[in-house]
Amino acid sequence: MTIAEDAARLGLHKVGGRPPLRDYVADVWKRRAFIYSMSRFKIESENQQNSLGMFWVILKPLLNALVYGMIFGFLLPSDTRPPHFVEFLIIGVFIFEFFSQSWTAGGKAITNNAALVQSLAFPRMVLPLAAVTQRFLQFLPTVGIMLAFLMIAGNAPQLHWILIIPIFALYYVFNCGLALVTARLAAHWRDVNNFLPFLTRFFFYTTGIFFSVEERFGPHKATASKEATEGHPTIITISHFQPVHEFLSLARSALLPGNSYTIDERYWLYASVWSIGLFVFGVWFFWRAEERYGRVD
Amino acid sequence: MAVSTDETQVQAPQPPTDRKPVVVVDDVHVEYKVFATGKRPTAADRRSNVLKGRGKQMRTVHALKGVSFTAYEQDSIGVIGTNGSGKSTLMRAIVGLTPTSRGAIYATSRPSLLGVGAALMKDLSGERNIILGGLAMGFTRDEIAANYDDIVKFSGLEKFIDLPMRAYSSGMTARLKFALASVQTHDILIVDEALAVGDRRFRARSEARIREIRDNAGTVFLVSHSMQSIKDTCSRVIWLDQGTLVMDGEPDEVINAYDTAQDQQP
Repeated sequence: MTIAEDAARLGLHKVGGRPPLRDYVADVWKRRAFIYSMSRFKIESENQQNSLGMFWVILKPLLNALVYGMIFGFLLPSDTRPPHFVEFLIIGVFIFEFFSQSWTAGGKAITNNAALVQSLAFPRMVLPLAAVTQRFLQFLPTVGIMLAFLMIAGNAPQLHWILIIPIFALYYVFNCGLALVTARLAAHWRDVNNFLPFLTRFFFYTTGIFFSVEERFGPHKATASKEATEGHPTIITISHFQPVHEFLSLARSALLPGNSYTIDERYWLYASVWSIGLFVFGVWFFWRAEERYGRVD
Repeated sequence: MAVSTDETQVQAPQPPTDRKPVVVVDDVHVEYKVFATGKRPTAADRRSNVLKGRGKQMRTVHALKGVSFTAYEQDSIGVIGTNGSGKSTLMRAIVGLTPTSRGAIYATSRPSLLGVGAALMKDLSGERNIILGGLAMGFTRDEIAANYDDIVKFSGLEKFIDLPMRAYSSGMTARLKFALASVQTHDILIVDEALAVGDRRFRARSEARIREIRDNAGTVFLVSHSMQSIKDTCSRVIWLDQGTLVMDGEPDEVINAYDTAQDQQP
């Protein structure tokens, strides 16, 4: 009998192996209290160091909206703007902020918690999930501000505003999946975190936060001053399958009035497939390297 | 028991048949591949090599060279050896933080490793570190609430428990980490020099806790340069030198042999 067989008979596992996926997921689920507590504690401690404290949760998105509103409302006017541009912009900026914040934080979830990973034994997956949950909890008050702003701008609350609940739930799942994939990549290859700011900026400028992809690249009928154009159907097709664009369009269609924001119902399907698909892949992908996190080789 | 020479097999103590093995280390080799920056060039080297650059060289450090032993429940194993003898590498390999290049390690559960240095989450207060650390180790909120006062009392940090851990001294950090990690009494705990930064009272208390863990069917590895600590807490001692296991046996015997060897060196 070899030592390995002996060890297995006595209930010993090989160190550096990983538990079966099913057990692992159960272990993570058992630690959901950790995920929630960690995100709450982190928010508080981040704000404690500022003299305005928890007020920043609300102040930050307001300032963001102010800056972007000024830049794109006054400094850079353009003719590819949809109606209700300010509301359009606010929704875009606020929703994108959650995506970029949780992507960046998720990427650093393992590398920034090296001391914790190296001392205690726990399923590492809770760290990226906690990072995204933290950003999600910070995102919720900004949703409140967004809705308040919409009402101030003269949009009466509508029943279909409720649709943002499933939209943001899917969006959260999507960001968790993205964070899991990125956290593993960054654990293998630290440089990933250096690329992230460029990637988020790229998506910020291409996703249609402050311009409408459909207006800019879609077909136009002839008007008095312009000839009819076909637009760029390829770009439109790509944007149909670009997840952040899907979430933005879904949220805008739920919140903004008018025909210009009605969307293809298939966006619901695409966004769900993205979210659940990326999350399932992310769980599997992250688990595959469970034994490697925290190593210094 | 005799000190082995290079070639002879290390004589392990007779395995107790009634106790369950908890950690099996089977012929473990660890090799680090590191980029050496190159030694500081001498004047002659500089003349000949300066234009070629001080090339990065891949160097292999053979940190462990075939270590084997089995730890049983109720063992408290002292690990001794000079600096750089492979003690910490062995401990990290048992936790799985350092991959083995050859051989394998088997364990009943993934142990906690207490080293010197970093706080768990330095921006959070001691209190929140206890709560989160407990949740991470798989306790429920109620279990943590039930144990919380004991942990704080044991750490002796009542006055500082609401300060962020970045304000803690290294001794205070070690106290909190040890108090937290030693709650799980039936598991494997690895203490890598972490007690060395504690004061005498804390050291006495943590040694008592280690004995308690051992009596509750737990297993403790204690890496230390304090032979007194090891004599007081350990039931067995492993002596590593340059990555090989030199001796494994009764604390007094191994420590005497180690001291003799140390004295003989210039």
